[in-house]
Amino acid sequence: MARARVFITLKEGILDPQGKTVLRALKSLGYDEVEDLRVGKYMELELTGDDRGTLESRLGEMSEKLLTNPIIEDYRMEVDV
Amino acid sequence: MRFGVVVFPGSNCDHDCFYVLDKVLGQDVDYLWHGSTDVSGFDCLVLPGGFSYGDYLRTGAVARFSPVMSAVEKFAAGGGLVIGICNGFQILLEAGLLPGAMMRNTGLKFICRFVDIRVETTSTPWTSGAARGQVLRIPIAHNEGNYQVDAAALEEMKRRGQVVFRYCSPDGGVDGEHNPNGATESIAGICSREGNVLGMMPHPERASEAELGSEDGLVVWRSLLSHCGAAV
Repeated sequence: MARARVFITLKEGILDPQGKTVLRALKSLGYDEVEDLRVGKYMELELTGDDRGTLESRLGEMSEKLLTNPIIEDYRMEVDV
Repeated sequence: MRFGVVVFPGSNCDHDCFYVLDKVLGQDVDYLWHGSTDVSGFDCLVLPGGFSYGDYLRTGAVARFSPVMSAVEKFAAGGGLVIGICNGFQILLEAGLLPGAMMRNTGLKFICRFVDIRVETTSTPWTSGAARGQVLRIPIAHNEGNYQVDAAALEEMKRRGQVVFRYCSPDGGVDGEHNPNGATESIAGICSREGNVLGMMPHPERASEAELGSEDGLVVWRSLLSHCGAAV
């Protein structure tokens, strides 16, 4: 059994209204050191198989087909075999 | 004309679309379950509004893999007429049948109210009976209507006349103040290159009878019927 994590973030240049709101909320609480904040998604997967190459390529396919919308989102993954 | 209204789990404007096409416009209409793979015999497919699959992951992201969508894609590729309203528009974007993507409204609020939209082109089956610049009063009801598309694709769309509706003021002015959701260039509706696929956030089916406050949605339906030479 392998475990994987997929981190999904909005592409640079795409406005993130949710991130802006959270940023403003932090600033209103006095956390002035926060310069920017963007909200993303995090997914944990359990997968069968132990070949890292295959797992990564399959997970990349899943990410591009369903987990993200490549028009607005980027992703990064970590696989533990 | 024979219409097919696609029903996804979570669609909630399917009955409204069916009612308007059947009772108000006197057309043949059938529901098409999301599991069906046969769309033969239909002249136009309607992807209605709602919250298909609970809007999980991203709006329309799961619905686009419904069995019926492969049939819708083939139908559209063959020139078939497809209209996606609100969640239906979001599904068309996720399916890649229309360019761009939807983001959350900039105000982070679900907006449900009448808006004014301006007809940007009359060279589509959906607006052939309108006047260019005509202002239609049609309600929106969405949380993700903030349309985004990259600059190059947007230029191409504008060049090809694919921007069909823009949010505007009651007298047709397009500005930030009358953009309810932050959509790029106030875009409220777009069509495919060939014009046969339309996606729009406002709900024409909710503005097709005077009793409901506006009949401007009929402009879309009647344009389509007249484009197809259908009897009304």
